[in-house]
Amino acid sequence: MSMTTTQAAVDHANDPQETDYLHARSGIKHWLYTVDHKRIGVMYLVAVALAFLLGGFFASMVRWELFSPNFDAAGVAIPGGQIFEGDTYNRIFTLHGLVMVFLFIIPGIPAALGNFVLPLQLGAKDVAFPRLNLASFYVYVIGTVMALWAAIAGGVDTGWTFYTPYSSGVGGSVVMMTLAAFVLGFSSIFTGLNFIVTVHRMRAPGLTWDRMPLFVWAIYATAIIQVMATPVLGITLLLLVMERVLGVGIFDPALGGDPVLFQHFFWFYSHPAVYIMILPGMGVMSELITTFARKTIFGYRAIALSSIAIAVISFLVWGHHMFVSGQSVYAGMIFSFLTFLVAVPSAIKVINWTATLYKGSIALDAPMLYALSFLILFTIGGLTGLFLGTLGTDVHLHDTYFVVAHFHYVMMGGTAMAFFGGVHYWWPKMFGRMYSPFWSKVSAFLVFIGFNVTFLPQFVMGSRGMPRRYHDYLPQFADWHRLSSFGVVILGSGIAIMVVYLLISLKRGEKATGNPWGARSLEWSIQSPPIEHNFHEIPTVVEGPYDYPVAGQDGGAVKA
Amino acid sequence: MASGNDTGSFWLPPQGSTVAGEVDSLFDFIMWLNIIFFVLITVGAIWLVLRYQRKSHDQLATAQIGHNTAFEAAWTFGPLVLLLILFVWGFRLFLNLSVAPEGAYTVQVTAKKWSWTFTHPNGAVVPGELEVPANRPVKLVMASQDVLHSFFVPDFRVKQDVVPGRLTSLWFEAKAPGEHQIFCTEYCGKDHSRMLAKVKVIAADLDYQGPQTGKPDDVTPEDWGKQLYTKYGCIACHTLDGSKGVGPSFKGLYGREESMADGSKVTVNEDYIMESIYDPNAKIVAGFAGGMPTFKGQIDAEGIQSIIAFIKAQK
Repeated sequence: MSMTTTQAAVDHANDPQETDYLHARSGIKHWLYTVDHKRIGVMYLVAVALAFLLGGFFASMVRWELFSPNFDAAGVAIPGGQIFEGDTYNRIFTLHGLVMVFLFIIPGIPAALGNFVLPLQLGAKDVAFPRLNLASFYVYVIGTVMALWAAIAGGVDTGWTFYTPYSSGVGGSVVMMTLAAFVLGFSSIFTGLNFIVTVHRMRAPGLTWDRMPLFVWAIYATAIIQVMATPVLGITLLLLVMERVLGVGIFDPALGGDPVLFQHFFWFYSHPAVYIMILPGMGVMSELITTFARKTIFGYRAIALSSIAIAVISFLVWGHHMFVSGQSVYAGMIFSFLTFLVAVPSAIKVINWTATLYKGSIALDAPMLYALSFLILFTIGGLTGLFLGTLGTDVHLHDTYFVVAHFHYVMMGGTAMAFFGGVHYWWPKMFGRMYSPFWSKVSAFLVFIGFNVTFLPQFVMGSRGMPRRYHDYLPQFADWHRLSSFGVVILGSGIAIMVVYLLISLKRGEKATGNPWGARSLEWSIQSPPIEHNFHEIPTVVEGPYDYPVAGQDGGAVKA
Repeated sequence: MASGNDTGSFWLPPQGSTVAGEVDSLFDFIMWLNIIFFVLITVGAIWLVLRYQRKSHDQLATAQIGHNTAFEAAWTFGPLVLLLILFVWGFRLFLNLSVAPEGAYTVQVTAKKWSWTFTHPNGAVVPGELEVPANRPVKLVMASQDVLHSFFVPDFRVKQDVVPGRLTSLWFEAKAPGEHQIFCTEYCGKDHSRMLAKVKVIAADLDYQGPQTGKPDDVTPEDWGKQLYTKYGCIACHTLDGSKGVGPSFKGLYGREESMADGSKVTVNEDYIMESIYDPNAKIVAGFAGGMPTFKGQIDAEGIQSIIAFIKAQK
């Protein structure tokens, strides 16, 4: 094979196995005190996977309640219609949002997959600050414990948005939950800071900026947002705590505050945070599409720079969550305009991924199935965003199920699919085992179908006027709700199968080679699982991460 | 919910207001863009996947195309132009939705957990039902007494948050007599999903100043009480079938001896019911949290008599 990614590459990929990082130092203590980015990545993976299952449990409870309306058209109670009291339901949907946003989506790809993969892709032996990396994990754990304690001790029913003045006055553990989100923010900042420095300082010789894998670019752009936006959330949540505990009037009009100010502060973080959630997913996409098409990425520079463009513009569009909040018409105008601008880089990425398939050699392994799911679902999520960025139509659709469906297509159809795809892609690298090809495809298929059955109906009921965050609904929406709840069964069974075959693969899976997919970035040039310090010698990079050969050319076989 | 025979389209509810048609035209335009681009991407991707599927394990790509400036420029600026069209169209419509015409019929709206109350120019205060004239612009000036709420009428395609500490407004012009659903669309706590009301559009003269609120002569006190029971939202907390709601059920309530939270006993009679409507927190039945708002100044003496007659009938 003449076209190697690096001089050091492939030389070691299929060497006899040395002791890998999983077995280098055994014992629980060596895991808990580890500063190895790979072990921290694996611990994060376990944590976010549990958070995803917990958030999914709450989601199922929400859909169970909404399976049937509580009253028929004549106002008579329907037997079995109401599962939970209104207050309980409100706590459940709040927990679903909080767990999914703060414990799963935000840390999911960067902290779990990013931690494992980023230093490997850079040809580094670890991140820049290994101890800070471990600290970020424990801060995450502390924040999680605080959040769960708040959920159990008093409950929180404010929605994940904590809108004032409802959140300033309502009972329950709002203060504890707010502090939990505050603490989790630090975990996110630590990770982001670490990655920025790592990308700047620890790239292998020859790994210039325009040879970095697009996953690294995406994580880098994400890290910038994490470091710059998260403090605003921290400040906002502290102000909320001050208002509740000390009675300082900031957001509550009863104390002389302004509730709309809270929304500005909140979305100033939370809109960029939407890109903290999706950019890493886009990074995974670029890796999956190129690997499974054996193609160089179409428009490398456009994809890399559009990540940065998104990171910058994302700070300027927060007001599009507030078109009917009472902000001025002209503020609405400007935010709508900027929102359309931020749509362009996302559209560029979608077409570039599609164009990358052209004349490729496409294999439909499970990671690729998730990549294609992402492509279709994210396209729906992005396109339906046009209804919401457009002022005249957003007025009707705002705070309806249309919005719920839209952001689930982006967050679950996008980020979660990329997360699943990434986990399936790097699983052999992480654990040195292959999972069942058959069951992984069955699972990917069920997840795709189940997702659409769950969320497509929500577009229809939303544009017909079904408001979000409703414990009960009018009978006219019943059929769509029922279909949506039914979808959860399919989606849930897909995910259950995934959990089972992945766990089985750890013990019984076929041993993975160093480069089972025939990919070309640095993490595939070493054995699976990697040794503790990743590379014996730091590799020298001589070409881009997607420089796949063309059929018929010299040395055209891919080593697999 | 539909007015006349208009039951709406697959995607959208009936068009109850003059502006609904304009909103729907824009909605339909965006829907076509959605469909075209979705088909383009999806069919494109599926075709590419099928066409270039890997047949053998070591099969390679047949070309490596890193970029194509013309294609990329077209894909950047083409969508940009479409997006700018959407922006301008959407903003013009939004201005139209935001600025009420001169001389609109103006109703004050008060939102609180979990009810809507409407005050008309003639002084009529009506909870739960917004009566408005057809074919005349109606402007709502809205205030909240507690937390954020949002006023939403799907059939009219209008929505506006109601914010404590400030007044917000919206306007619409209903096309024809009929009934339309009002939702609260800003999460406001326990009974957010029950914070419902109706718009009742009537044919009325230009001198219309609001509904007549007294009991019509041809309605019995018991029936009038039943109407008030729904209209004032009593129905949200007081059931008729004996099951426990936020407040005590009305079934068999009249004449019963109730234990109060402070340990005293009270027999439910006319006087106690009146007190409970005007000063609800004076005597709370044991096992309930209280918190019912007063209806003093909203329900007159005749209304109280009618509600008592209605409660008496719930044996």
